[in-house]
Amino acid sequence: MGRKRRKGIDPDISQKRGSEPLRRTSDGRSSESAPGCRFDPILKRRRAEWLTSLPTLTWLGLFVVVPTVLVFVIAFRPANPYGGIGGGWTLDTIRSLWTPSYLAIAWRTLWISLLTTVICLVLAVPSGYSIARASEKWRGRLLMLVIIPFWTSFLVRVFAWKSLLHPEGLIKKALEALGLVGTATTLLYNPTAVVLVMVYTFLPFTILPIYAAAEKFDFRLVEAARDLGASSAQAFRRVFLPGISRGLLTAFLVVFIPALGSYIIPDLVGGPSGEMLGNKIAQRVFTDRNLPHASALSAVLVLAVLAPLIAVLALQRKAKKSDIIMGEAP
Amino acid sequence: MRRSRFPLVVTALVLAFFYLPILILVVNSFNPARFSSRWQGFSLVWYARLFESPEIWQALRNTLIVAVSVTAVSVVLGTAAAFALHRYGASRLQRVHYTLIYTPLVVPEILMGISLLMFFVAAGVPLGLFTIFLAHVTFCASYVAMTVLGRLQDFDFSVIEAARDLGASPWQSARKVLIPMLMPGIVAGALLAFTLSVDDFVITFFVAGPGSTTLPLRIYSMIKFGAPPMINALSTLLLAVTLTAVLVSQRLVNRRNSAGNPGTKEKFGT
Repeated sequence: MGRKRRKGIDPDISQKRGSEPLRRTSDGRSSESAPGCRFDPILKRRRAEWLTSLPTLTWLGLFVVVPTVLVFVIAFRPANPYGGIGGGWTLDTIRSLWTPSYLAIAWRTLWISLLTTVICLVLAVPSGYSIARASEKWRGRLLMLVIIPFWTSFLVRVFAWKSLLHPEGLIKKALEALGLVGTATTLLYNPTAVVLVMVYTFLPFTILPIYAAAEKFDFRLVEAARDLGASSAQAFRRVFLPGISRGLLTAFLVVFIPALGSYIIPDLVGGPSGEMLGNKIAQRVFTDRNLPHASALSAVLVLAVLAPLIAVLALQRKAKKSDIIMGEAP
Repeated sequence: MRRSRFPLVVTALVLAFFYLPILILVVNSFNPARFSSRWQGFSLVWYARLFESPEIWQALRNTLIVAVSVTAVSVVLGTAAAFALHRYGASRLQRVHYTLIYTPLVVPEILMGISLLMFFVAAGVPLGLFTIFLAHVTFCASYVAMTVLGRLQDFDFSVIEAARDLGASPWQSARKVLIPMLMPGIVAGALLAFTLSVDDFVITFFVAGPGSTTLPLRIYSMIKFGAPPMINALSTLLLAVTLTAVLVSQRLVNRRNSAGNPGTKEKFGT
């Protein structure tokens, strides 16, 4: 990285401006000393900007951008029998995705993710609302309580649910004792278990942006609506919800996108009937060792993730415009 | 005005929903019974078993090697990036920079795992602790950048200008003024990076090689293949460690900010 930095930027600067300002500093300071800055502030500024940005730009370029491009490239390569990537190009892998079994997986991934997102939003709106309306002291405490669980080990939380839903687990035994389920019913290894555990892991991520939006919301608007004759349900639906729309959109994204890429949860509590796209990717990598196939599936997932992201960004831009029209404080 | 009790009830239920599974897990770690539904008295038998297991110690060692080196590198990268983003935020370069830093925070982990695996396979890098390290820095640096950036929001740059006017070089003013003032943010970012590295499973799972089993990989195989209640004990210990780290980092982040402004909020782009 260091070499690149020197090659890429320094010659540029020293050639254009010479090292004259540098020499003038008699006290032997580095080239970035204060007097130099006074001579050419713009160039110095650009140089400092590149110096501080280049490490992350290089790192993320190498380990995020290049690998992502590679996934799309490898999707068009044939697999070789040794579990590696063969030469030449092929469309067969992409074509092989268009089969009923994959379409079923894609559909399940979509509905599980959507259902999880909807349940999370339904639970997060009242929670975010009551945290925003709590007293200053309680607000901090409640927020802390919401934040703590998502800091605990993700695997541990999934495991906690797995043992609760286990045939010998507490929930199963409790439901049996209440006569709600028979001994033969399994709570584990079905799509419902996947949705339940996904709601559990993603809910804190949903509450925070909704709280952030609700905290900025001017609750006098709701009072005004009530004074003008709106029922509390109407005031909630037509004043409060539009008022926190940006928080709702953010909350939607922070659940829906990772949900699409879920892998551990369906793997540990989903069973064959709860498999999602992420499981298929992992199977292609670890079970059949077919990297091009895994790449093609991942490329589909990338596109699936980009679609809602772009849609929401467009919506948010629109929302920003309507905010201005409504004359709300930014 | 009469306010509905409904939201409060939902919040209480949501909090119960959050904590009950964790609580039951902790309680069960002291339960000698093999299945969690029957309480058979307090016991530390699972903890004892845990400490006798050599695989756990090996996994712990790997985890710590990775986490410490990841923290060191991502703190340097993330702090420099946060500084650039804050100072030169308006430039086109910084907009690209910000998008790049934001990407690891929104991309599903499995995509990062698979793309890094492809990259390492294509580049011929042998999979092991080193590839885990590279992968972890890739997302940890972004989290550090966001945490330090939050701290920079209320940083007064006239202090730096004052230092420069008094004859300090940019390097001196950074080392003696900027970095000490940002320290709480940097430490919070470091704790965050450490916790995330210790906890990461999905990305590690893809880029790990033979002999580089970390703690989460170990836990996963324990869960997957015949869950012994030893995991309860291990989970409880992990919970204790992460909670301590989080509470310390939250305290550092919130020292300046109001209590209602957690440093993690940047993650959601609000």
